[in-house]
Amino acid sequence: MSRIGVFICHCGLNIAGSVDVGKVAKLINKYPGVIYATDYMYMCSEPGQEMIRKIVKEKKLDGVVVAACSPTMHETTFRNTVASVGVNPYRCEIANIREQCSWVHQHDKEKATEKAQEIIEAAIEKLRLNKSLTPVAFPITKRALVIGGGIAGIQASLDIAESGYEVILVEKNQSIGGHMLQLSETFPTLDCPQCIATPKMVQVDQHPKIKLYAYSEVEEVSGYVGNFKVKIRKKASFVDWDKCTGCGLCIEKCPRKVPSEFDEYLAKRKAIYTLFPQAVPNKPVIDSKSCLYFTKGRCRICEKNCSVKAINFEQKDSFVEESVGAIIVATGYDLMDKRKIGEYGYGRYEDVIDGLQMERLLAPAGPTRGIPCRPSDGKVPKEVVFIQCVGSRDPQHYYPYCSKICCMYTVKQAMLYKHAVPDGQAYVFYMDIRCNGKGYEEFLQRGLEEDKILYIRGRVSKLFKNGDKIEVWGADTLTGRKIEISADMVVLAMAMVPSEGVKKLAERLRIATDDYGFLTEAHPKLRPVESLTSGYFFAGAAQGPKDIPETVAQASAAASKVVSLFSQDVLHREPIVASVDEEVCTGCGSCESVCAYDAIEIDPIKKKAVVNIAICEGCGACSAACPSGAMQHTNFTKRQIFEMVDAFT
Amino acid sequence: MKISYFPGCTLKTTAKNFEESALASLSFLGIDVVELPRWNCCGTVYSLTDDDLMHQIAPVRNLIRVKEQKDTRVVTLCSMCYNTLKRANNLVKEDEEKLNKLNDFMYRENVKYDGKVEVLHLLEVLKNEVGFSEIAKKVKRSLKGLRVANYYGCLLLRPPEVGLDDPEHPTILNDLLHSLGAEVIDYPYETECCGSYHTVVNVDLVVERAYDILNSAISQGAEAVVLSCPLCNFNLDNRQKEIKKKFPDFKGIPVFYFTQLLALSLGLDERVCRFELNFVNPYPLLKSKHLITGA
Repeated sequence: MSRIGVFICHCGLNIAGSVDVGKVAKLINKYPGVIYATDYMYMCSEPGQEMIRKIVKEKKLDGVVVAACSPTMHETTFRNTVASVGVNPYRCEIANIREQCSWVHQHDKEKATEKAQEIIEAAIEKLRLNKSLTPVAFPITKRALVIGGGIAGIQASLDIAESGYEVILVEKNQSIGGHMLQLSETFPTLDCPQCIATPKMVQVDQHPKIKLYAYSEVEEVSGYVGNFKVKIRKKASFVDWDKCTGCGLCIEKCPRKVPSEFDEYLAKRKAIYTLFPQAVPNKPVIDSKSCLYFTKGRCRICEKNCSVKAINFEQKDSFVEESVGAIIVATGYDLMDKRKIGEYGYGRYEDVIDGLQMERLLAPAGPTRGIPCRPSDGKVPKEVVFIQCVGSRDPQHYYPYCSKICCMYTVKQAMLYKHAVPDGQAYVFYMDIRCNGKGYEEFLQRGLEEDKILYIRGRVSKLFKNGDKIEVWGADTLTGRKIEISADMVVLAMAMVPSEGVKKLAERLRIATDDYGFLTEAHPKLRPVESLTSGYFFAGAAQGPKDIPETVAQASAAASKVVSLFSQDVLHREPIVASVDEEVCTGCGSCESVCAYDAIEIDPIKKKAVVNIAICEGCGACSAACPSGAMQHTNFTKRQIFEMVDAFT
Repeated sequence: MKISYFPGCTLKTTAKNFEESALASLSFLGIDVVELPRWNCCGTVYSLTDDDLMHQIAPVRNLIRVKEQKDTRVVTLCSMCYNTLKRANNLVKEDEEKLNKLNDFMYRENVKYDGKVEVLHLLEVLKNEVGFSEIAKKVKRSLKGLRVANYYGCLLLRPPEVGLDDPEHPTILNDLLHSLGAEVIDYPYETECCGSYHTVVNVDLVVERAYDILNSAISQGAEAVVLSCPLCNFNLDNRQKEIKKKFPDFKGIPVFYFTQLLALSLGLDERVCRFELNFVNPYPLLKSKHLITGA
């Protein structure tokens, strides 16, 4: 017979407000197998934990039930508490009487008390059959993979590398830098992104611990935390980067011009090109979709002009494999396509541009050298309308979330526009202004007071072209009037969306995303930079809309998580995993097909399911799917669950 | 091909030019339209604005008439009828309880409604059943050289689950008029409200809106406005006399139902177009474009 102790927490009034904890303690004291039951104001506090330790020792308990909040909050806390006095931590159970009882039954104390008692009894029944377990230990490869070479990936790579661990950085474009390098200046200090980001890019390039795969993509990931195998596709650049000196003659001589993605289609680039002059690595690629040789079979001018014979039209995609122990996903964002917005012209009007296009127009190194000339005729616009929340905060049509950065970059763009065109007028249509970072509100006030940006609270219902003007029809909801502005240019603050292809990548990595494709963190407050799938960490806008300071902070946080993982010589994993009773298993494969983590295989010779406990996350899907009951979850066996159900009935 | 036809009140009164030109064109294109017997009011604004089931009886009863004919589709000409019938149909399709309630209320009907009738607008029939390219092949008098501004109004397009085209950038009338050879001009007011029933109590408001719409079309070079809704037609055509009073600079512009130009270009007898019912005299324009002979 086990010697069980039950500790009931008041959680201030959170629990005690609707559950009569004293009464529950008294009743539970009489429950079979319970040696001791008591209640306390804050069980998780140091005196609370000390009390548990003392009583465990005094009463020689071998199992503990803590009736308190959700196990996601404090299970680990209390397991450590009992472990410190010699009880196996897996003989500590949490009865959740806060989220599952007191909080939802605030108006019926009697029923809530009754239910709390039953929840505790069920936990006792489960505990009775709990096995003592020891965590599984396995080795770890102390190298990290960082996917995405924007400012998030750069920061995370540098932090990990500086801690002495190797980093593999994979970037899909030919240069690292990401969207930050497209920006004009950055809020709220107006320093130029080139000045602050390019030195970091060079650092990445020169760091002995960082191996950069530019123009590459992650093709496949297998394995588990500490022991991932990654297959990387190096896309054919048709230039031998080892030979290329980056002299740029090929680009100069290339006769084919196409719209530049980096300049958001506001300028042209060549068919052989680098993203921008400060690119890292500063090596060109040939865009085979527009190259004259690839499309028409003649030209090869770049080849003729290359003195080191680096051009190779025969180059094919190649693959490399790397072993890593942890993966940081920093795949960033895109702007929602403005062609989706019917009321703003479906992208038909050249002078209706999106936020990133405006960044390029305002960038000193951009296509217009920082003077915001409008795309249609190159005239300097005198009336510019900025529309915020296009696609964001619009659950009926597009996305319900706030894109978070638009309020700030709109102030910045309007401000920079006014600096470039002092006699121009900037209007901003807004729903709310959300400037909640350090120095942000002051920045907005500066825009309002010094640069006389005109803010109009309301939405724009429609835009249309009238001669060379864009007519903007909107409402000022503060005065209740209809507003009509004949603008020269309109800037749409489009919603931030996860960058293209992230959903597919997430599937390949077996990590969860939300409805919109942003990566889902393990816990929104307490584990915000990691995935529920062990070994994956997040940095930047891939997880949700973020500005640069927040992205950099998250990148450093993710890096420090990786470093703390690598500081261990072996990894310990929760032993609460699936296990197979081979006597019963028929090898039907139901478990294999439901496993989201690919942790189960059917042994081809024995025809039995085999669980890889290093990958198993203990979700329980397989044991629910198993028709014969062979697949059982350690400490969540079918018998235990039935006993728990019995306690409620 | 046979299809049930729901006319609605206006088509039988002020919009005879719409109905006659449409029916003549359809029969020329090989579509046999059969007017529903015992049709009643489509429900009009009452069924759209009131959140009470009673007002859905009128549209649903019309759908029962379609079932009685053992037909599964009904075509309308008027945008309002199209909108009310389709919205009522969507409502009962999505909500069985409401459907049952309505059926219970109409217990004397011989047929119970089951949500299975498809409500179509004539434009949809022309586009999907006949095909605009087929129509183009049958054009005898091309509208080449005629610059038209298409006016969609609201009821053909909104709400999106009822509308027959993109509510922000519709093209269905443009495509049809292109197939008839006309030149379609682009102007921003094609989906702006005409003032609707305010025309009864607030003529001034309608006059201002109609002036904006028509003037924008004229300034973009339109010679005629083409539309499909009898109420829009009243506001944009009939109200031009009030517009001229209020805005002396207003030049005036002929307004057509799309079916009038369809019938004309298919080479039908121009009498089916009933141009004499158009308020703004269209004959000078049609003559100058050599589209009609007499009158």
